[in-house]
Amino acid sequence: MEDGTRKSGDLWSGLALAALGFYIIIQASQWEYLGPDGPGAGFFPLWYGVVILGLSVLLIVSHLRRAHDRGNPTDWSRLGRALSTWFSLAVAVALFKPLGFVISFALLTYFIVAVMYRRPLATAALVAVATAAGFYLVFDLALSVPLPVGMLGF
Amino acid sequence: MEILAGLLNGFAVALEPANLFWCFVGVLLGTVVGILPGLGPPATIAMLLPLTFNMNPAGAIIMLAGIYYGAKYGGSTTSILMNVPGESASVVTCLDGYQMARKGRAGPALGIAAIASFVAGTVGVLGLMLVAPPIAKFALSFSSPEYFALMSLGLALVVLLAGRSIVKALLAALVGLWIASVGTDLFSSTSRFTFGQMELLSGIDFVVVAIGVFALAEVMVNMEAREETQLLPVPKGLRNLLPTLQDLKDCRFAFVNGSVIGFLVGALPGGGSTIASFLSYGLEKAVSPRREQFGTGVIEGVAAPEGANNSETGGALVPLLTLGIPGSGTTAILLAALVLWGFKPGPLFIPEHPALFWGLVASMYIGNVMLLILNLPLVPLFAQVLRMPVYLLYPLILGVSMVGVYSVSGSLFDLLLLMVFGLLGYLMRKLDYPSAPLILGLALGAGMERALRQSLMMSEGKLSILVSRPISAVMLSLAVLVLLIPMFGKLNAWRLRALEQG
Repeated sequence: MEDGTRKSGDLWSGLALAALGFYIIIQASQWEYLGPDGPGAGFFPLWYGVVILGLSVLLIVSHLRRAHDRGNPTDWSRLGRALSTWFSLAVAVALFKPLGFVISFALLTYFIVAVMYRRPLATAALVAVATAAGFYLVFDLALSVPLPVGMLGF
Repeated sequence: MEILAGLLNGFAVALEPANLFWCFVGVLLGTVVGILPGLGPPATIAMLLPLTFNMNPAGAIIMLAGIYYGAKYGGSTTSILMNVPGESASVVTCLDGYQMARKGRAGPALGIAAIASFVAGTVGVLGLMLVAPPIAKFALSFSSPEYFALMSLGLALVVLLAGRSIVKALLAALVGLWIASVGTDLFSSTSRFTFGQMELLSGIDFVVVAIGVFALAEVMVNMEAREETQLLPVPKGLRNLLPTLQDLKDCRFAFVNGSVIGFLVGALPGGGSTIASFLSYGLEKAVSPRREQFGTGVIEGVAAPEGANNSETGGALVPLLTLGIPGSGTTAILLAALVLWGFKPGPLFIPEHPALFWGLVASMYIGNVMLLILNLPLVPLFAQVLRMPVYLLYPLILGVSMVGVYSVSGSLFDLLLLMVFGLLGYLMRKLDYPSAPLILGLALGAGMERALRQSLMMSEGKLSILVSRPISAVMLSLAVLVLLIPMFGKLNAWRLRALEQG
């Protein structure tokens, strides 16, 4: 079933891809197209840039031609949950430098368990500590796979 | 004789204790991944790929391949017990498998799924063993124009069968080509699309994109909502899981059908195990004397698709190993793995690395036996995996993804890129852009550009070289025809039907 996100998404993604195609063409036209030794750095990107631009325009036009068909409304709560997950992960990555992997990952897990899945805080704390400690033991100590280190030294 | 000697050599490699262990780890992980709805083989292989960099390549490829085909065994479990396919390749198994379970025949359904997977999986490996060496020999005559044409054809086939909208699939493939161009051009040392970032001069790591687009996006989609499903009781003990002699007799044709269709569809780029399983189910139904009972719990309706989706693995490895052309997202990741370990899949792969090729083939025979043993008596145990709370599973996936990316370069910048590609993968799913063409475009991008530029250097800039050589002319014409299929009503209807079924 086609929902509202996808319908309006065709327009916005078409515009974004058209901009990308345009950017690729502009960049590629600054590099050598065909030199004495054969095709230059701009040859291949110029061609696929043109095709990206052409196809995205086609996508936009086909969206506009069926714009009256609105589809189902977007489910914002589902979208919100997914983007909250992404945002919490982004915050955890940003915290790697000051706090290191272990603490940041424990905070991320705590957020997912307590906030996203509404489990009791004690359960969330237990899962967060256990998984973070498990990662440290398995990857850092047992497998010698480096983890991002923070100001506290782990 | 050459094949037999190669196979014996392969068994010597595969039976080394370390390789046996990695084979077991692979098939075990694959089964678990197959059982868990929402976590697929591409995401798992992408996540674990960085952790294999310090491993012996033979053990590493044996393990990753084990995940690939092991997931197909596991995928049937949830289809039969819960009507929830663990993998897209097991969707069709729900039709008769779940009905059998509802009639109290969950045991024979699980049993026949494992037996059909074993039979067809073994036939698929046999096909790989017999077909790959001659194809590799034939491809030795290929030069840059043929390689460019071959990659274009492979990409076109994947685009054709990746999604309903061919425009979106093409756009995804082209964005993959663009990502592959980021970094320093090896011909001219020009830095391209680096946005002034030093970190981008060496390009964007394939692993970062694959983990972002598959694993992160998968977690985001799954975390949109939490759905509980009711697990049916699994019969205890081996006896309840064994099909009757009559069941096996009913499935005779299904074993052959699944094996042949699976292998042929697998060898075709873009085909994939989902289409293989639907085609073989359709054929089984068409030739069955009790076709009107299909969908009500007919055992061959489980055996045919389960066989096909396992035989497909052997087929899919043929173009990957002999031509260096992956046909799906998962095989694109396997290609990247081989390249990262320092190998070049293509016509010279088998003669230059016989131990790796034959070791992989032999390990697949062994892995199939392991899977049969694991899946028959231990199904009730594996089904317990489904009781793992999702609030524990998803942080684990996110953690392994981040550790995997960081372990490649030790760079926080790559983790930022991971976030970007995770969001891109999620948006692509929401907006109905298929991710397989993007990954394939990325995997083939550098090779395609190199082949095109070398071709034009050979011809002093004349594009006609691509169509003046017979093999490349045929392949390029086929690629164009494939992309024109949506313009033909009947052919497009067939394409859309295949996609809807998948």
